[in-house]
Amino acid sequence: MSARAASRLETLGFRQVYRYQAGKADWFAAGLPREGREAQTPRMADVARRDVPTCRLEEPVGAVRDRVRDGNWDVCVAVDQQRVVLGLVQAETLGTHAGTPVEEVMQPDPLTFRPNLAIGEMPDYLKKRRIPRALVTTSDGVLIGLLRIADVERRPGQAGD
Amino acid sequence: MVTRIDRHEVQKMLAAGAQLVEVLPDKEYEAEHLPGAVNMPLKTLGRQTRRELDPSRPVIVYCHDYQ
Repeated sequence: MSARAASRLETLGFRQVYRYQAGKADWFAAGLPREGREAQTPRMADVARRDVPTCRLEEPVGAVRDRVRDGNWDVCVAVDQQRVVLGLVQAETLGTHAGTPVEEVMQPDPLTFRPNLAIGEMPDYLKKRRIPRALVTTSDGVLIGLLRIADVERRPGQAGD
Repeated sequence: MVTRIDRHEVQKMLAAGAQLVEVLPDKEYEAEHLPGAVNMPLKTLGRQTRRELDPSRPVIVYCHDYQ
């Protein structure tokens, strides 16, 4: 639809017409601001913990272990220089030899959700699959934060209140 | 010639004063839209659009996705 609109504007004499082809689905999936009647609906990005620890593939497990424990976390997210998610390191794997690189112990395919997804029924979805947490990333795979089911349930209006 | 841009370029152009237009029907716009966007559904674009938008400034149009 935006392609036709852009062409129509050109026929009307507009000389500087640009088309944001990926549209608002892409904008919202990147966790960018929104306006409108439903703009205040709680989304994944609103609950995700942005201070989740991160690490690099080549980092030794020993260094990551200290960082995770110091912050009372039970996971660490492996990312590249652009914060694109490459894997998830679970606390139970951090008992490995301290010199082992992260890429040998990480889960390479962690579950991710887009930040614009409404929280809604998410706790039930995760509970049924026995998933205590999930990563929230942009459509480009860039880490936004970690969603923990316990954090979702603590929100007003969610199950358990 | 229409230029395709991504969201990073959208942000830069908006900061530089570009106009942003959502061409979806008004109900979809009212539910959610990009900050600062005006709503001009495709079917409403016509000669009067030259009065509603500034032809001397860049115009960015978008809909939901790659439609």
